Amino acid sequence: MRILLDKFSKSFGSTNIIEDMNLEVGSGEMLALLGPSGCGKSTTLFAVCGIHRPTSGRILFGTRDVTDLPSQERNVGVVFQSYALYPHMTVEENIGFPLMVRRIASADIKKQVADIADLVHIGDLLGRRPAQLSGGQQQRVALARALIRRPDVLLLDEPLANLDAKLRLEMRSEIRRLQKETGITAILVTHDQVEAMSMCDRIAIMKSGEIVQIATPSEMYKDPRTSFVASFLGNPPISFLKGKAQQGAFVLGENGLCLPIAALSGIPDGTTLSLGVRPEHFGTAGGIPVEGKVVFAETQGRENLYDVVLPDGSVLRSIQPVRDDVKPGDSVRWNLDSASTFVFAEDGRRL
Amino acid sequence: MVEKPQISSSMVSANFSSLPVILLLGLFSLPLLVMYAYLFIDTISDTEVGSLIPSEFTLRHWSFLWETKTGKPNIWLVTLNTFIFASCITGVILIVSSMAGYVLSRLNVPARGFFLAGVMVLHAFPSVTLIIAIFIVLQWIGLYNSLIGVILVKAAVELPLGIWLMKGFYDTVPWEIEMAGTVDGASRFTVWRRLVLPQIKPAVMALGLFSFLTGWSEFIMPQVLAPGAKVQVLSVYLASLIIDDNNFDFGTFKAVGVFYVVPVLILYVFFQKHLMNIYGGGSKG
Repeated sequence: MRILLDKFSKSFGSTNIIEDMNLEVGSGEMLALLGPSGCGKSTTLFAVCGIHRPTSGRILFGTRDVTDLPSQERNVGVVFQSYALYPHMTVEENIGFPLMVRRIASADIKKQVADIADLVHIGDLLGRRPAQLSGGQQQRVALARALIRRPDVLLLDEPLANLDAKLRLEMRSEIRRLQKETGITAILVTHDQVEAMSMCDRIAIMKSGEIVQIATPSEMYKDPRTSFVASFLGNPPISFLKGKAQQGAFVLGENGLCLPIAALSGIPDGTTLSLGVRPEHFGTAGGIPVEGKVVFAETQGRENLYDVVLPDGSVLRSIQPVRDDVKPGDSVRWNLDSASTFVFAEDGRRL
Repeated sequence: MVEKPQISSSMVSANFSSLPVILLLGLFSLPLLVMYAYLFIDTISDTEVGSLIPSEFTLRHWSFLWETKTGKPNIWLVTLNTFIFASCITGVILIVSSMAGYVLSRLNVPARGFFLAGVMVLHAFPSVTLIIAIFIVLQWIGLYNSLIGVILVKAAVELPLGIWLMKGFYDTVPWEIEMAGTVDGASRFTVWRRLVLPQIKPAVMALGLFSFLTGWSEFIMPQVLAPGAKVQVLSVYLASLIIDDNNFDFGTFKAVGVFYVVPVLILYVFFQKHLMNIYGGGSKG
């Protein structure tokens, strides 16, 4: 089911968290709300599920206006960061609770719980209590409870934050599998760009209560609208060089490292700019040689990560296939792929 | 208990033995123990005047159990009254404070701050100062000398503490559980009844025991508000034994005292863990 936020605003007392936000999530789509903490992404989520009432604006599920409906009548499933399982109930009672409050016959509940438990692979844990489960299993129970009454919308509030790294990887694909199999519209709130990029169809990146950009993960990675978006996506993160425009080229500091960049034609000389260079675009491939000194090297098994300080003091990151010939302290002359760089104006706007 | 570290070093060992501590505590507790022992021994024996050693065994002092003394109500009626008194107080306190505590902890009711402060003030207020006024009110509405009247008064006096404690326990229940409950489609009442109340079951248990014991040991209220023979409770009965200057019977007084304290001891033995909850978990403001 399609979800539409129309001029949605939320304030607590006199603090405006979100102002006039418009967001549309297509039917069956999984959208990530990505942003640093305090950007209003959880507030948005809680407004969609009815825990917070919007200060103004409308929320629509399909064509139904749910703005003034209490959460009980909205038919949403929510997975909380802490899972919020009911500790005094067994797994079976936990999953069956949404059906129980609807006074569905207990034989029916039993059957549906068994079905959904099989779907999330916890069929053999139904008799246990939440305290007797591992983090990943609790997560699956929370998912099952959210999905059992076939909600119009599945909301996930940092669902992977409390899991260890290996489980996180596993649950990432698991949640995506469930979302695809059930065809449910889902919103994922996260501050982790890897989660957002790997699990979702589209990402809405938020900053201080505003959506900065909505795009598919690869579009957003290749074509960030602001330096904030560029710095938020990608691991290891993008590095920025500060410089000025000069005759259609980006000039770094005094020593005259000069990068001709197509996007700069028509920009007046002397404009302060920053250049975003992703670590994979600085290394052995690329056209423009850059000299610098390696100050940090880190191996990640398949790849090595280097921090290179340029003569003017700015730092470029480089990620390359594993090689043993470069050590911290070495001077290197690597190539920069200027066509893949991003140029941002002083206010962070992409040029 | 002192845990002995498993590190095999000559420098590290248990830093003190628990035996002297136990001995010292035992020594300090001895006078109490002797008093309780004598209380019991005195009820089943006669002692010569001036002597400490009992001289003969007798069940005379316990005769109040099977024969009603002249001018006194039947002991079993009194016990039943006490039981009804304490149980009803417990019931009223549990029902009212488990709901009121939830409201004060979680719901955005008007004048919430005022109610919180009011509960605090009432809790600190010495209820004995109200007793004359309550007496007049009860007589006015015709509940003087009735169990219902004194139950309502005692429960009302104990409620602020109960409400405050329950609020403290509700505050420790995570909000997410309630959020999850409402998005699962449960009404606020169902959320409270099925999801939140079970989380604080130990606290409810503790408050129940606490209220029962308070009711069981209450003296002033029943003495002033319900002294009649038909509604007398054990504490009033016990006091009436020594108020009577003409028939001075210490043996019976002690026997009734033991009889009075036995249910309390039994409760303590079985439920002391639950009772400790009230001092451990709750009462966070």
